[in-house]
Amino acid sequence: MRNFLYSRAGTAQEAVSLISTLSNAKFLGGGTNLVDLMRENIEQPDALVDVTRLPLSGITETAEGGIAIGAEVRNSTVANHPLIRQRYPMLSQGILCGASGQIRNMATVGGNIMQRTRCYYFYDEAARCNKRNPGAGCDAIDGFNRIHAILGASEHCIATHPSDLCVALAALDATVRVDGPDGPRTIAFNDFHSLPGETPHIETALRANELITAVELPSLPFAKRSLYRKIRDRASYAFALVSVAAALEIENGTMRNARVALGGVAPKPWRAWEAERVLSGAPATPETFRRAADAELANARGYRDNRFKIELARRTISSVLSELAAPEVWQ
Amino acid sequence: MDSGQIALEETAARTVHITLKVNGAEYHLEMEPRVSLLDALREYLHLTGSKKGCNQGACGACTVLCDDERVLSCLALAVQYEGVEITTIEGVAHDERLHPLQSAFVDQDGFQCGYCTPGQICSAIGMVREFQAGLPSAVTADVATEIHDLTEEEMSERMSGNLCRCGAYVGIRAAIREAFQSEVRR
Repeated sequence: MRNFLYSRAGTAQEAVSLISTLSNAKFLGGGTNLVDLMRENIEQPDALVDVTRLPLSGITETAEGGIAIGAEVRNSTVANHPLIRQRYPMLSQGILCGASGQIRNMATVGGNIMQRTRCYYFYDEAARCNKRNPGAGCDAIDGFNRIHAILGASEHCIATHPSDLCVALAALDATVRVDGPDGPRTIAFNDFHSLPGETPHIETALRANELITAVELPSLPFAKRSLYRKIRDRASYAFALVSVAAALEIENGTMRNARVALGGVAPKPWRAWEAERVLSGAPATPETFRRAADAELANARGYRDNRFKIELARRTISSVLSELAAPEVWQ
Repeated sequence: MDSGQIALEETAARTVHITLKVNGAEYHLEMEPRVSLLDALREYLHLTGSKKGCNQGACGACTVLCDDERVLSCLALAVQYEGVEITTIEGVAHDERLHPLQSAFVDQDGFQCGYCTPGQICSAIGMVREFQAGLPSAVTADVATEIHDLTEEEMSERMSGNLCRCGAYVGIRAAIREAFQSEVRR
């Protein structure tokens, strides 16, 4: 790992001012992704601004009835918070499906949102990667692409976003609060991550030197009945091949509201708008669930090693929705 | 050196003076910020109980406790852990008396080569504390309700961050259960 300048900020404003005076600098959270990438020489910052001691470590109710989670709150703290467990169980489950106990104790919410892809070619300095080196080409498209995207990819990049936590945030319509040189602003979570298009090196809507300060969950009473399911190559401590976060509101057998998001299948946490369109107002039956899954995956494209994900995603969506609609859940 | 560079040197440093609190003792150290907590423990403090397995957060051999929470010292920069109470495998025994989990590992054949053992033991101590704090896991059926029993499935899931290439998992689980009999039911 190359050495770097280290500084520690006491407030969000101080962190923003500090990073603005440094060149090629990054914010440092729990380090579980950034330190690893620096050791592999994929990230080579000249300076790090440590933001883990900012006063952004609270989980509080908002005036609108939602919950604000400070950017430096550790993943395990979010997963164990009573309000998260009761009101947004899929968020708690999603976090608990990610990484290991040790990593969940270290990783922050802000860092989880900012984590980079686990594409093998992105991690391999000797491989071509448009994300690392814009214009270089992509070795994943004709390479070993079992873990890669089936939705939202481009001819320049087929890497997936690896987060579980973010899939639940996408389904919940969360908001990201940021602070920066031009002051604070908010970004809708589903606008936060970018699709690769011709610029796979641009991954988020953050402007230069902006810092995530919190994630806000809106009030969503029906999310009390929500589920996160993750399909992976081993039972624990592995990234998702396919994951589904979903919540349903059913009244007299009809779905009044539906939220579905997918992980492991796209360059960003994938909100399943097409599936939701089919579900909303329709009877909560296996037939509807299958149609919703088909609608979402109509434009899916598989590559040499990952075509299985299309059927896997279809079945996982149907299965999670069926479980949520089971009569005993609604008694 | 231009003025911008001077301003930069005032707010950030290429070497840092830090105080680490490890197993109850304080150490004043000077190091580059890129030094991991694992390397600080092993190379600066010569506490070689914490092991470097993968050095990329995949194996758990480097697990230590920071303010009683288990973390991976290979993915931690030492400079970030200033002021934190760090406990390594060298610090879990009381004087000459082994920690109950260390004794249980001996009783239950919780290891073969022993390389993963310090990480397994620190991890299990942290894991039981998390369970007592009510933290659910990925195999908990309903995260909205209290969890009362650390079943085999729960234990395996919660210990999945620690790999054992000898495959001593059966003994490891038995050792954790023996050592924490009273703690694993709530």
